[in-house]
Amino acid sequence: MSTRPTAVVTGLGIAAPNGLGTEDYWASVLEGRSGIGRITRFVPDAYPSVLAGELPDFDGAAHLPDRLLPQTDRVTQIALTITEWALGDAALDPTGLPEYEMGVVTASGSGGFEFGQRELENLWSKGPGHVSAYQSFAWFYAVNTGQISIRHGMRGPSGVLVTEQAGGLDALAQARRNLRSGAKYMIAGGVDASLCPWGWAAVASGGRLSRSQDPVRAYRPFAPDADGAVAGEGGALLVVEDIESATSRHAPKVYGEIAGYAATFDPKRGSGRASGLRRAIDLALADAHLAPRDIDVVFADGAGLPAPDLDEAEAIAAVFGPHSVPVTVPKTMTGRLNAGGGALDVATALLALRDGVIPPTTNVPAPPVRLGVDLVIGGPRRRPLAAALVLARGEGGFNAALVVRAPR
Amino acid sequence: MREVFIEDLFRVFAEGAGRIELDQPVSELMDTPFSAIGYDSLAMLETASRLEREYGVTLSDDDVNDAKTPRLLLQLVNAAQTR
Repeated sequence: MSTRPTAVVTGLGIAAPNGLGTEDYWASVLEGRSGIGRITRFVPDAYPSVLAGELPDFDGAAHLPDRLLPQTDRVTQIALTITEWALGDAALDPTGLPEYEMGVVTASGSGGFEFGQRELENLWSKGPGHVSAYQSFAWFYAVNTGQISIRHGMRGPSGVLVTEQAGGLDALAQARRNLRSGAKYMIAGGVDASLCPWGWAAVASGGRLSRSQDPVRAYRPFAPDADGAVAGEGGALLVVEDIESATSRHAPKVYGEIAGYAATFDPKRGSGRASGLRRAIDLALADAHLAPRDIDVVFADGAGLPAPDLDEAEAIAAVFGPHSVPVTVPKTMTGRLNAGGGALDVATALLALRDGVIPPTTNVPAPPVRLGVDLVIGGPRRRPLAAALVLARGEGGFNAALVVRAPR
Repeated sequence: MREVFIEDLFRVFAEGAGRIELDQPVSELMDTPFSAIGYDSLAMLETASRLEREYGVTLSDDDVNDAKTPRLLLQLVNAAQTR
């Protein structure tokens, strides 16, 4: 008899361009309401891409003690805020719990860009004596994990994953591993926020963003004329624990189980070998002890560019058969959130399981039949759901696939 | 020389490292370690850098590290001003 923990999600913290907080976000997603628009946080005219998914009215000072503001980038302020929401949702108060039994694993694609920008401004306009001591860590990829760990006294197994857009899934899988090696409670997921002139210089130069100025025309995954994605800020952090722990402490909610996961790496570009995505899906299903017919919906990565979209459509069709499983990309309403994207998709998949409804993909016409993708467009699709597959792909060859199951 | 008082010290801490809600007037905290007040070593470093700029003094990292209470840090800054 195995005593391996069953990793379940008992709390959600969500900050998305179309909704702050779980229920605001979920209502937006089901209504097809987008958070994508022309960038307002700075003047984007000099950049090739001017659209983004910005968080509506997020002000760290409204959510955090003053002491934390001078030492944190916006991305960390978001992460700290939604960690509190997730803990509240899980009715879990870390105060007084054994601190080495609680850990934090976050994913980060770009760290604290805006903080670094401000300190560069201080350096060049005022001099080196004006650079904040907090620059030492506030820009760093691991900073969200560190600050969450310090604030809540969670000193158990912790870490950070840097695998671009795949990171949100990788972090949740690492949290599951940490439960297996003895941790009791994990905070896991990802957040990114790079909407400042310095961050946008990097994000907009990758050649993967649409140059469209029209929020309705930009980011159309699986469309024949897809011309790139829209980037956004935000993400999700989840409370993950063993089902026995959740049961024994009478956790108010069990959203579902992290039932399977796999990560693969693509072969070198131009090698002619197939991408690693299909293998990731096969391995994640095997890890979950599920067959393709057990999966009720696929949350696709949805790169929004013809070549990776084709890759993904072929991998899904190869595993499930053409037009055999509903596929959706709710990130068409938020933009791609880098490390936050996969984590938000997992949260979204859990809400879909909870309510028996597949959220829609917006702004996209029915994909060409040859792609074999049954894309959920035109509104949500209601049906009982038992299991969902979430895919995320990171620039540079990262593939991750994660299976969530409804609580049993 | 501009003598630095404990109220100045806490103002500079608040500007660089964030304000902390205190249960008592700062004047009663002369001998309370910064670590107990809630300011850690990086808060000390950032505040020292701001004190240097504002009061035109030079403080060594080692001396700042040894100044564990407001009284000791005030002595350090005020002594540096007379040098």
